[in-house]
Amino acid sequence: METGPAIRSEEVDLLLTDLHSRYGYDFSEYSKASLTRRVQRLFSLDRFPDFAEFRYRLQNDGQYFRRFVEEITVNVTEMLRDPSFYRTLRRGILPVLATYPFIRIWHAGCSTGEEVYSMAILLEEAGLLQKSLLYGTDINPVVIEKARTGIFPVGQMQKYSENYIQSGGVRDFSSYYTANYHLAKFDSALTARMIFSTHNLVSDFSFNEFQLILCRNTLIYFERELQSRVFRLFDYSLEKFGYLALGSKESIRFSPVADRYRQIGNEKIWRKVHDP
Amino acid sequence: MTPDKLLAIGGSAGSLQVILAVLAAIDKGFGMPVLVILHRYGRLPSSLEELFASRTTMPVKEVEEKETPQAGTVYLSPADYHVLFENDGSFSLDYSERVHFSRPSIDVGFRSAAEVFGQGLVALLLSGGNADGAEGLQIVQERGGVTIVQDPATAEVPYMPQQAISRMPPDFIITAEKIPGFIRDGGYR
Repeated sequence: METGPAIRSEEVDLLLTDLHSRYGYDFSEYSKASLTRRVQRLFSLDRFPDFAEFRYRLQNDGQYFRRFVEEITVNVTEMLRDPSFYRTLRRGILPVLATYPFIRIWHAGCSTGEEVYSMAILLEEAGLLQKSLLYGTDINPVVIEKARTGIFPVGQMQKYSENYIQSGGVRDFSSYYTANYHLAKFDSALTARMIFSTHNLVSDFSFNEFQLILCRNTLIYFERELQSRVFRLFDYSLEKFGYLALGSKESIRFSPVADRYRQIGNEKIWRKVHDP
Repeated sequence: MTPDKLLAIGGSAGSLQVILAVLAAIDKGFGMPVLVILHRYGRLPSSLEELFASRTTMPVKEVEEKETPQAGTVYLSPADYHVLFENDGSFSLDYSERVHFSRPSIDVGFRSAAEVFGQGLVALLLSGGNADGAEGLQIVQERGGVTIVQDPATAEVPYMPQQAISRMPPDFIITAEKIPGFIRDGGYR
């Protein structure tokens, strides 16, 4: 899997310093274990003879830097992953959101958008889609482009359909997309309620106020200090009584905003019950 | 306290009984943390944590993000995440692509543990039907760690230990029956 010369952690640090000063992207507070593994993987994949050449290419080739961002950020995602999580959204959270005149939801670190489409389907079935706006953001412009198209590999649909049924869906999942050869294009009525944009959780600010923020399996790649800053950003971007949803191994527990939130059941969903 | 030693156990199909026997053989006085990286194939009991806890007096828990492993505690890899280690020995979870169709991947966990624990790592590879773990075990050996492989003749599914043995000569090849005592008595020292 990963062959060729190994990159040392000092070399990774050197790269990160370069990228910050050259392109303004700061990865210095990303978890080193994952990051080093991704950098090593790219270095081997692109068959650089040595570290110096890898570094030179990154410093001088903006296109290649784009590839770097695309490859070192983890873009694994699926529709309706953890069906019980979505069942809780359907039963416990959407009925509360339904009481608002207008619903704003932020998917932070949305990758290629599968979770945004999952949420749009839930909203549609709750009769809330037309008064909702879903914001999907990611640091990586390539995945944001893909998310906008609403086109996913058709080979995934069987799995997603199973997730859908387990999440409490009662319609025919295939009614949400049109299959064409190996691609499935999702209904443009869903896409019409979505806004996709690049946003860097490390350096960008809050851009709206939401009733629900989802950020699943992104914070595991950040060191504690950066996690805390991102929690503050979410807290600032969330209305009172709004909800924050995290990945199955993530928690608000050790963050500086923990005492303002109360967990909903056993799922990784917290409600903001106090203002700062 | 940050540990400098670790026992990492990698298993797939057919490994559960051996893992349970190892856990039953050791106790809280075991001088290092134990990490179990287990493929979650089809018919495993849903609550592995409880099953493990029923066989040992040691505390058993799923790996938590950024937690520092403690000697005498058993850590179970969570379903659908790779387990990595930061340089300070703390756990780090990763949701990137499957390796050998597996997440958690034993290769990924062994490699990362080898880089952080070096000679302090004892890696045990058990029964399984896929090639995961062989490459990781080789890296454990390169970094000075101890490599132990279940004797394929005693494995329910011999493919995984066979793959490792054909790739490198492990320090020890032990029968399923003798593994628990071997680990308890530190036979690898």
